[in-house]
Amino acid sequence: MADVLTLTGIRKRYGGGKAPLIEVLHGIDLSLAEGEFAALTGPSGSGKSTLLNIMGLLEPPSEGRLVIAGEAAHDLGDDARTRLRNRYLGFIFQFHHLLPAFTALENVLMPVFAGHGRVDAADRTRAAALLERVGLAEHAYKQPVQLSGGQQQRVAIVRALMARPRLVLADEPTGNLDTQTAADVFALMREINREDGTTFLIVTHDARLADSCGRQVRLVDGSLKN
Amino acid sequence: MFVPTVAWRLMREGRFQSWLILAGVTLGVAVVVYITAIVSGLQANIIDKTLSTQAHVTLKPREDVNLRQITVPEGETLLAEVETRTQRENTIGNWQRLKAAADTVPGVAASAALASGPGFVVKGGVRKSVVLMGVELADYQRIVPLESKLRAGRLRLASGDVMIGTELARDLGLKVGDRLRVVTATGSAESYTIAALLDFGLKDLSRRWLLMPLRSAQNQLGYRLDISEIYLRADDLFDAEALAAAAAARTGLDADSWQETNSQLVTALRSQSASSNMIKVFVTLAVALGIASVLVVSVVQKQREIGILRAMGTPGARIRAVFLLQGALYGLAGSLLGSALGAALALGFTRIARNTDGSPLFPVVVTPSLFVVTALIATAVGVLAAWAPARRAARLDPVEAIRG
Ligand SMILES: Nc1ncnc2c1ncn2[C@@H]1O[C@H](COP(=O)(O)OP(=O)(O)O)[C@@H](O)[C@H]1O
Ligand SMILES: [Mg+2]
Repeated sequence: MADVLTLTGIRKRYGGGKAPLIEVLHGIDLSLAEGEFAALTGPSGSGKSTLLNIMGLLEPPSEGRLVIAGEAAHDLGDDARTRLRNRYLGFIFQFHHLLPAFTALENVLMPVFAGHGRVDAADRTRAAALLERVGLAEHAYKQPVQLSGGQQQRVAIVRALMARPRLVLADEPTGNLDTQTAADVFALMREINREDGTTFLIVTHDARLADSCGRQVRLVDGSLKN
Repeated sequence: MFVPTVAWRLMREGRFQSWLILAGVTLGVAVVVYITAIVSGLQANIIDKTLSTQAHVTLKPREDVNLRQITVPEGETLLAEVETRTQRENTIGNWQRLKAAADTVPGVAASAALASGPGFVVKGGVRKSVVLMGVELADYQRIVPLESKLRAGRLRLASGDVMIGTELARDLGLKVGDRLRVVTATGSAESYTIAALLDFGLKDLSRRWLLMPLRSAQNQLGYRLDISEIYLRADDLFDAEALAAAAAARTGLDADSWQETNSQLVTALRSQSASSNMIKVFVTLAVALGIASVLVVSVVQKQREIGILRAMGTPGARIRAVFLLQGALYGLAGSLLGSALGAALALGFTRIARNTDGSPLFPVVVTPSLFVVTALIATAVGVLAAWAPARRAARLDPVEAIRG
């Protein structure tokens, strides 16, 4: 199956100049195949978020090559990276990061709104259907603060799916949920992966949840361990 | 539409800040509108009052008219140059031709001939020093409107009529229909009938001016058929200086614009304009800084939201536009509210500041164009003030924003 994402020799350094130069990622080679459901594990500070941000085109690598959906992305400018991000990628963060000034439905629509500058009736229908799928149909017009933590994270998940991304990057999406809610949220992502074939890479500390994934990638001190 | 929607939601979210800065912009604009309305009203009123008894341009005899140049015909030798005494010529001869010439200068709306000079009014043993102003009434009224100045009698200057100022009438106890005697330095003495009493707006003029038929003044002042001045009215009173130069060139006479005649007034008006402009500039700067600082704070407060929007694929330019639009909206909304407030204050001022007779001290000038210009400037200032914060928002590192 074709790769959604390929990393070759990715290094990331911070600092330099007056601050001490530290290398956080020491040459990462990694491919994610279409339809994979992979867990990224590793101790705190090992570089998981940094790796995810590089994959998500939120920051450029210091060295190495990055190909997303067949397009080389490691040395693109900000606008081109933004366009690729909008087209191929969905994000789920630990702290759901919904926009407080918008309703649940508007938050779900946001990736399309942000990328195209407007939304049409079909987009609205899809957003409503996504909310219904995660059991939030009657909460569509509520503000994020009116929702529980689990509900907010479910909104964030369908928001990540709104623009039909090829790859969803989730950074500790269940990190601040209770065990039962975390399991529910995880099951939901697994279901979407099975039904829609969307590729997932999920950072988690929970060994049980990681074991339930089709693949585990372990990062220790900035290097991959198998 | 993404940009207006997001801009509006962010402004609504930071409601308290939004109201504060809107109030600030409103007050700033109100001050500017108020000052503009008051100052332009005041200045228009002063100019109007000043020019209600003056010509825009006054043509006078050339001062050097008698300094003849000695030209030596070829083949002859100049043995001696006898300097003739320079007689200051006081009058303009052959004036009909010159007046007609002045009329052809573009921008001249009307002209009037004037024979003026000093004299005395004698009544019951009292002598009052006056200025004889010989005019052709129809011409003169096109330069100096008299209807509004008429207090008694009729505007009429038939042979033997005079129109005198209200102050002179009061000093001498005269009324319309009374006769008075006018004497001049030439020894001429004539009797006239008072046709009208006029209030020239300034006590001194109302005490001294004596309007009489041109022929009578020429006779009494010894001008024969000459006159002393030609008055011109300009289509646009602020063109008077250029008009004066053109009329001087065309007629060979000296020409004074009202600005030269009233140079102190013009200087005073200019410095008033300069200081009110200074206030406007500083108020505008303060408004701009206010908008900028609110937006800078807003960018910092909203950096997480901005980061999320960026992570979801919002181009930097679209983020920038969101903040520029906020600046424009603060400027525009503030200018509309501020224009209304400033105009209300200015109009309120005219209700408070009144003459003893209850009429407004001066009319304030509140025109639609003042509102339009203010709105445009305020909106532009809002956009400019938003420039730096918007740039900052667009360049925000999404990773930093989301981590933080
Ligand atoms: N912008 C940065 N500047 C300097 N060091 C950074 C920066 N971002 C991350 N790091 C460092 O990189 C390492 C990896 O961080 P991170 O990717 O957040 O780890 P994880 O997500 O696995 O906990 C940490 O030691 C962190 O301090
Ligand atoms: Mg992390």
